[in-house]
Amino acid sequence: MSLMANRRPDWKTSGTPWVWLTAGTVAFSLILVLGVLGMVGYQGVIHFWPSSVVQISLKGNQAGTALGEVAGSETVSVARLRDQGLQTPEGVKQVERLLLKTGNRKIYGFDFKWFNATDYDDLSVPPDVAVIEREEWGNFYGFLVGLKFDGQVLKGRRDQLELKLSEMMDRRYEIKEKILRVEKSEMGALNYQMDKIRLERRKLELDQVPGSDPRFASLDSRVSELEEQYIVLGESLKELNQEIDRDSIEMITTQGESVTLDVKDLVRVYFPNNMNVFQKFTHYFAKLWEFVSEDPREANTEGGIFPAIFGTVAMVLLMAVLVTPFGVVAAIYLNEYAAQSALTKVIRIAVNNLAGVPSVVYGVFGLGFFVYFLGGTIDSLFFEANAPAPVFGTPGLMWSSLTLALLTVPVVIVSTEEGLTRIPRSIREGSLALGATKAETLWRTVLPMATPAMMTGLILAVARAAGEVAPLMMVGVVKLAPALPVDGNFPFIHLDRKFMHMGFHIYDVGFQSPNVEAARPLVYATSFLLIILIISLNMTAIKIRNSLREKYNATET
Amino acid sequence: MTNIGEFDKSHRDKVRNLKDRLFGLFMSVGGVSVIGAILLIFFYLLYVVFPLSYEASIEKVFSTNGPRSESSLLLDIDEYNEIGLNIYPDGVAIFSSLLGDKIIKRSRLFPFKGPSETITSVAAGDPASRVYAVGTSSGRGNLFQAEYELTYPEDTRVVIPGINFPSGQEPLVLDSKGDAIRLISGQFMDERGTVVSVTNDGRLLVTIITVETAFLSEDKEIVYETFQVNDTSKNLTEIRLDVEQRDLVTVSSGGIVALWDVSDPKRSNLVDKVSVVKPNEKISAISFLSGGISLVIGTESGSLQQWFAVRDENNLYTLRKIRDLEPMPTGITNIKPEHFRKAFAVTDKGGNFALYHATANNKVADVAGLFDDLSTLAISPRSKAVLFADSAGRLDLFKVDNEHPEISLGALWGEIWYESRLEPEYVWQSSAANSDFEPKYSLTPLVFGTLKATFYSMLFAVPLAIFGAIYTAYFMAPRMRSIVKPTIEIMAALPTVILGFLAGLWLAPYLEKNLAGFFLIMLFVPSIVFLTSILWPSVPRVIRERVPDGWESLLLVPIVCLGIWSSLALGTVIEIQFFGGNLPHWLNLHYGISYDQRNSIVVGIAIGFAVIPTIFSISEDAVFGVPRSLTMGSLALGATPWQTVTRVILLTASPGIFSAVMIGMGRAVGETMIVLMATGNTPIMDLNIFQGFRALSANIAVEMPESEVNSTHYRILFLAALVLFLSTFFVNTLAEVVRQRLRKKYANL
Repeated sequence: MSLMANRRPDWKTSGTPWVWLTAGTVAFSLILVLGVLGMVGYQGVIHFWPSSVVQISLKGNQAGTALGEVAGSETVSVARLRDQGLQTPEGVKQVERLLLKTGNRKIYGFDFKWFNATDYDDLSVPPDVAVIEREEWGNFYGFLVGLKFDGQVLKGRRDQLELKLSEMMDRRYEIKEKILRVEKSEMGALNYQMDKIRLERRKLELDQVPGSDPRFASLDSRVSELEEQYIVLGESLKELNQEIDRDSIEMITTQGESVTLDVKDLVRVYFPNNMNVFQKFTHYFAKLWEFVSEDPREANTEGGIFPAIFGTVAMVLLMAVLVTPFGVVAAIYLNEYAAQSALTKVIRIAVNNLAGVPSVVYGVFGLGFFVYFLGGTIDSLFFEANAPAPVFGTPGLMWSSLTLALLTVPVVIVSTEEGLTRIPRSIREGSLALGATKAETLWRTVLPMATPAMMTGLILAVARAAGEVAPLMMVGVVKLAPALPVDGNFPFIHLDRKFMHMGFHIYDVGFQSPNVEAARPLVYATSFLLIILIISLNMTAIKIRNSLREKYNATET
Repeated sequence: MTNIGEFDKSHRDKVRNLKDRLFGLFMSVGGVSVIGAILLIFFYLLYVVFPLSYEASIEKVFSTNGPRSESSLLLDIDEYNEIGLNIYPDGVAIFSSLLGDKIIKRSRLFPFKGPSETITSVAAGDPASRVYAVGTSSGRGNLFQAEYELTYPEDTRVVIPGINFPSGQEPLVLDSKGDAIRLISGQFMDERGTVVSVTNDGRLLVTIITVETAFLSEDKEIVYETFQVNDTSKNLTEIRLDVEQRDLVTVSSGGIVALWDVSDPKRSNLVDKVSVVKPNEKISAISFLSGGISLVIGTESGSLQQWFAVRDENNLYTLRKIRDLEPMPTGITNIKPEHFRKAFAVTDKGGNFALYHATANNKVADVAGLFDDLSTLAISPRSKAVLFADSAGRLDLFKVDNEHPEISLGALWGEIWYESRLEPEYVWQSSAANSDFEPKYSLTPLVFGTLKATFYSMLFAVPLAIFGAIYTAYFMAPRMRSIVKPTIEIMAALPTVILGFLAGLWLAPYLEKNLAGFFLIMLFVPSIVFLTSILWPSVPRVIRERVPDGWESLLLVPIVCLGIWSSLALGTVIEIQFFGGNLPHWLNLHYGISYDQRNSIVVGIAIGFAVIPTIFSISEDAVFGVPRSLTMGSLALGATPWQTVTRVILLTASPGIFSAVMIGMGRAVGETMIVLMATGNTPIMDLNIFQGFRALSANIAVEMPESEVNSTHYRILFLAALVLFLSTFFVNTLAEVVRQRLRKKYANL
């Protein structure tokens, strides 16, 4: 079809350069697409790798050394640095500089620092550097000099200390887990029950039951029972906190300051420069596991994103449960029962176009109609005891799922309808000819055959819903949810709760967090996870659709 | 199966038929309700937006005999519209219940010297602080505040009224000569008060009051001093002091309005003096609006004007007429400002009553012949009621339903001269810290932002997507196409929050550092592709045959990469050589072009990236669907492939490409997360490509969660959503109709 070669004379008239130019746009688009995917993937994956810690010795007036992980490097014109009010080397127009994650925010006041190549020499990878992840204040970089274990002070070489340290850390994890269990599940459950009793009490008051009613007394006795339990838990929590306070470690920074760190604040201690590849991989997967299974720390800039993953999945699942019947019923109606008139055609176009309406509009609708109108009505009818605190009259999981179900129902309708129209006439007619009613034909032959199409629609809907953020910002997502929407307290699924979401997490951590530089790798990792999720969903949908098409093409011939 | 009896069979058939009908009914009802629910969105948005267009309504609730059958000088009302306050010329203040004629509290403002001393002037200060000033026939006067304390004994609301004297109960001697006070105006705030008065013999006096509270005993020490302002006009008809106790406005009988700065009473100086009305006209009413910046002036012929002092480049203030408001039929008698909004009530001689909003230049209510004998009126603090008193002391309470006076077509879309601004502007600023803030609800800058984002993103996406679609559909080898098409299409599913994150945190700083390189890419990459096409035929056959027809773009991938890389590298060099090492800085220095890091280029690229798959996919389908017979015919007649593309394919597929662009545009218009994250979100109207903007969608996402339900702001955000809804719906419908026609056309060919 195309003629590229061997046509030198009419090269110009043939328009070959234009063809090449169009080929160039395809190449450019591909580079964009793969570049973005590649960058997010690389940045998302590399973050958990324990990279070596380097040490540089500084020259000139800021003599000393700096220790940290290399976070980036660039060549920049001196003029730019000067415009930013930074110190610049003389006599050159360009300078190479290195970004080190120096950590130790509590001492230096910053986590990251640029060093001009002219300001330092001797970049080395010193052995025995410890990287310490902490509950607060970010990473610490330094050298381990001593341990304080149960009152005993231990000093010595790193490898001797390391063994003892891992013992201390194990103990810390164990106690920490206990503390968390007490705080979160046990005390949380008590609080939950107490709140329920308070509401029951309020309900009785609202029903104008006299104060002498025995029900009040029984509620009161339950409260005092719970309070006693609470006190017991408080005691054991206090004990645990004392226990975890016991140990500490002594560190020395590269500048020579010695710092004592409490073991209870340490999340992880490792020595990247002494690790072999196997250890590094172990560390990598441990970090990766932490990322997908733990709660976030430090204003979402450290730790894991488990609540966000959980929230996304819960919201999407609930949405899927809602959207499938709605979409399928509407599609069956449009395709099988509605008179194929001009009106139906208009409705079909309208439904189709609703998929193109900006998602933020759905958010506005969800907030106004679902949250304020429906939720407000539900509250005033069934949750009078909670007033003035809203239950459903405030953004939450259920309204988010409903809003997204509304947003994605056109996708399911269109896809299901496409599946229904693709089913050959002969099959329906065969069924009807054998005496089946219309309902039986639909139920026994047509719908089973259209199932893959419904699946495609559903998967596409889920893929779209998983990536939407704008409407959720109005109808239920928060940056930090105190509790998961599913927990051990009756009724186990709390549709009124607010939840965390991966997409919103990206927005929030990337743009609202105080320490964007430190949070960035985590945002990349979250993005990568979200991309994987959504692309694999889409791929599945495409696969199903393609196999479906082939199947019917086969039946038709 | 075969031996079923007749009866059984017919019974079974009945059940089956019933099931069939039930199934059909279920599907119909279900289907219609689902579709109805989706279409509900539009109607619900409309339902929320619609009250913005309502006019205000005024409805008489009741009338009562006031506490006395005489005309009161001043009227005040509490926020629940239950208690009214009347001040009578003999210095008696009476709080009475409006529900029954019961007198709740009666007190004297201050002891008069004798029966000959009467109140000769009274004026309201700032409506929100409820300060009033009275002056007597013997040159004395005072400030007082009406207070309504809310108590809840046994869970029922009881309002306890009272009068507070911020400058002490002892009257102030305003005129040491003891002349009667003809005109008065006073304000009090934060332990400082000012009373301005005009005596019967025409002197203009300024009394400054300072209250010092002792540290422990809470005793108040009140010090005041009176200064005379040397005003040349002896015949002042109105005076008004603003809430800041700085600007004094005087009106003289010739219609001359003068603005004095009395912040330093020893040296009160005239700021500006203007003639406001035509020679034979007279100013009959004047009032500051809430906030004390705008002045509304009403004349004897019924015209209404808004004025305020505007600061020019030299920091000098001049009084400027901001707008003419719709006139009343007869001469204006009263102008009463609302407590918090820039709205006010007006009465005229003919007994007409109207409600206005200054910013919106909106006459929201107009009731003719509401009364025939009016002495004073009061607006309730929440602006939900108006209380009228006639000369016989009767009180009429009118309920006012005036939720959204600040909205008019002009206020939403036009250029409005807002308070303290130099000129009329398009401004979106929905909230501020202070309660008497003038909200600025112009949607124009937001729509402008949306259009700017759409324009730049389409500029980036359309050429790439359409050219790419042509190549992919017409020239590309089928095997490569089966990989390339889904690869690009999958990008449509990429969450825009990720693109926004990349654009805001990676692309924006990168672009700032490599601006010259970026412009080079636009120049260099097409040239290098062009160059390749020229050089390709001269490449040895062995290599050339390695790349079969239709795989050129794969060959071009490394070449384009090389082009991009070398442009960026060269860009740094060029920047250092020619632009002092910092192009954005250089642009600002030499051309005054300011550079935002998160600017329109960044947004254009990011949104462009998001819409490329949409446009690409639909136009690729359109090009691919062009019947073979047409292209084959064209080629058979001797046209080159490119001629076939431009003269046959593009022409035939143009409706499809058009609808692709439309749908892409619809997506760009509504894109939220990218514009939220990749721009500074400042609502400015500036075509500069290096500046950010604020788009409708991002504005909704930012402000919606904080807006109060059913407030004007809330409804305007719904209006913004409705605008987005309608525009995308229109664009998409257009695209869909075009596409369906095209499909029919292809089917016929």
